[in-house]
Amino acid sequence: MLESLQTFDATLLSRIQFGFTITFHILFPALSIGLAGFLVVLEALWLRTGEERYWRLLRFWTTVFALSFGMGVVSGIVLAYQFGTNWSGLMAKAGQILGPLLSYETLTAFFLEASFLGVLLFGWKRVSPRTHFISTVMVALGTCISAFWIMASNSWMQTPAGFTVRDGVFYPADWWAIIFNPSFLVRYAHMLMAAYLASAFVVAGVAAWYLLNNRFVPLARPMLALAFVMIVPLAPLQVIIGDMAGLIVRDYQPAKLAAMEAQWETGVMPLRLFAIPNQQAARNDFEIGIPKLGSLITQHSFDAPVKGLREFPPAERPNAAIIFWTFRVMVGIGFLMLAIALAASVLAIKKRLFTSRWFLRALTFASPLGFVAIVAGWYTAEIGRQPYVIYGLLRTADAVSPVTTGDVALSLTSFVIFYSAVFGAGFWYLARTIRSGPVEVALPAVPVLGNRPLAGMSPAAAK
Amino acid sequence: MTTWIDADWLTLFMAAMVAFAVGMYVVLDGFDLGLGILFPFADDDDQRDQMMNSIAPFWDGNETWLVFGGAILLSAFPLAFSIILPAVYLPITLMLLGLILRGVAFEFRFKHHPRVRIWDIAFAAGSIIAAFAQGVVLGAFVQGIEIRSAPSYQYGGGQWDWLTAFSMMTGVALLCGYALLGNTWLFWRSLGTLQQKAKAWMPVLLIGMLAAIGAISVWTPLMSPAIAARWFDFPRAFAFAPVPLLTVACAWGAYRALQKAPSVVPFMLCIGLFFLGYSGLAISIFPSLPPPSLTLFEAAASRQSQLFLLPGLIVLVPLILIHTWFNYRVFHVKTDEDSYGH
Repeated sequence: MLESLQTFDATLLSRIQFGFTITFHILFPALSIGLAGFLVVLEALWLRTGEERYWRLLRFWTTVFALSFGMGVVSGIVLAYQFGTNWSGLMAKAGQILGPLLSYETLTAFFLEASFLGVLLFGWKRVSPRTHFISTVMVALGTCISAFWIMASNSWMQTPAGFTVRDGVFYPADWWAIIFNPSFLVRYAHMLMAAYLASAFVVAGVAAWYLLNNRFVPLARPMLALAFVMIVPLAPLQVIIGDMAGLIVRDYQPAKLAAMEAQWETGVMPLRLFAIPNQQAARNDFEIGIPKLGSLITQHSFDAPVKGLREFPPAERPNAAIIFWTFRVMVGIGFLMLAIALAASVLAIKKRLFTSRWFLRALTFASPLGFVAIVAGWYTAEIGRQPYVIYGLLRTADAVSPVTTGDVALSLTSFVIFYSAVFGAGFWYLARTIRSGPVEVALPAVPVLGNRPLAGMSPAAAK
Repeated sequence: MTTWIDADWLTLFMAAMVAFAVGMYVVLDGFDLGLGILFPFADDDDQRDQMMNSIAPFWDGNETWLVFGGAILLSAFPLAFSIILPAVYLPITLMLLGLILRGVAFEFRFKHHPRVRIWDIAFAAGSIIAAFAQGVVLGAFVQGIEIRSAPSYQYGGGQWDWLTAFSMMTGVALLCGYALLGNTWLFWRSLGTLQQKAKAWMPVLLIGMLAAIGAISVWTPLMSPAIAARWFDFPRAFAFAPVPLLTVACAWGAYRALQKAPSVVPFMLCIGLFFLGYSGLAISIFPSLPPPSLTLFEAAASRQSQLFLLPGLIVLVPLILIHTWFNYRVFHVKTDEDSYGH
């Protein structure tokens, strides 16, 4: 890391700024994607059964969703404009490909979310339950469409396809190939699963915390059960999709794979459980591993060699010391989630899911883990593609804006101070909302569904 | 592809879309930023709640136009995007910080019991900072951006090029304009003492807005001979003569409408004022993007990018407009009947 101290230039500071702002940002869309899906489930349950507990859960999680969504919107605008302020080289060269993808994100997702969000948050008394439900579905759909375009553009930069280059500028040649580039579908699925899992663990953690403290028990039980309806199938599925993502890295970004595994020499690879990679000397100062298992995982064969980082010139080697560990954090959490899913299944069969105190306590601690995994995964993907921003084609150093180091230092400092204060407060309000819990909200006085007066209060009674 | 789609026609259409998106942003987020600018002048929490509630369902949709404006500028004119943004690095950063501050204030303000002042201050300060910074960006853009053409087109000026007397003036001008727009919204959608206040503020703000438009109109031709020639060369000048005349007519109409029952009329006429000022700027700089040395035809993306965007723009933008209109209908209530009830 010492050599980077001397090169604290606009490029490095811009990378730090982008990394910093996206680390905060990504938490909110991930939570919004997951919670929007959860709101759809809760509202559907409420409309079907008319049970008050679903109504209260729906209103409670809507409040949490609103906070998360609001913070996602404002932190997202920052990213959109940073593409221009800090990465104008990238935009001048690849704007004709990345720009239309981002435009379609706005056209198909942001406006959909924004249009229906007002009804979702404020429209309980203004529109029919059916219109409200449609609005919730639209917002949830919008969050997934947004992720679609963002993952398409990011994946295109990882595994570029469908373009031609003239005078250093990237021109679109085949939009289908650009969007459905080799890594897109798997990475999109991986990200969506991650968002749903991370959010489900938040819901499970909150429910567990209520159960431990004997609060809102009739509400916390369905909450916990619903969270595991999500977690039990998704946790194993995510491991399989993660493996597929790994195979794509192996095929398209061999240097990234070598850095993730701290593999310096080409050969049969052990599964390194612990290592201290030394970038300068191009070796590991220390390592413990299980022989041949790394080859089995990445090549699906015990004897297949894995290309080592030494086969790449030093300037082309991603930083193994960082992504070896970020990758392990992500994978470790993935398997921990799998273990929790298995434990929950066993406890559910034994009918002890709601009462096993050690398990509930573990769940409260596990609630932020999904987000740690998401951030660690992103660091692995993004640091692992260095020194390129468009893999193999455009170097990060050629993508940066012609701005002064002073400018970027100033903006970075302001973002750090602002984000700490503002999003610090945001997390505090989130925690407070969760602490006070799903308090009573009067059932909606829905006078009509269609033109028929409702019998009683519940919309289900009108069916 | 078919030959009847002329590349220049498409480029002009894209330029019109960028102008439209930015214009929609200015009007829509303009009035809710304007409410933030007027926020410190409200009498009590009740009035502040009314103000906040009247825009709570809309602000997020309004800000979406800012993202859209940026995205469409990037797609259709990637060179312009990559030259303009580094040129206004610090004002854009300032705008982003302002937008964060006021954006989160919407959520945080109602979460805090008992009330704390800090989110009121954050909402007002964030709105003022964002509005001023946007005005500075506008000024820096109009006064011209230095470009280096070798090895490739990029921003060629310095760190502080944007900081001029002109850009400070346009910053204040936009503050005035947004405050006026926010005030006409209040006059239309609030009740009781707040509405009375809005009525009382209006003449001052109208005069401020006219002064701002006047100052920009005089300053820009003085600053640039090309702009002067555009406006004062006969006989073309006759074609543009309606712009200043309509401006005065709109302002007068807005003032007259105040004397009658509260309605949407002053709001609409102020949108008219913005539209005229905006058209004036467009007449001044067309077809530069960014002024002075690059044209929008030079900055345009390739045909493949434009054609890919075209169906999305033609199909989705009208849908978005219809839905925006629907949303303003659903939440069309006088503000004190409603509350921040999510």
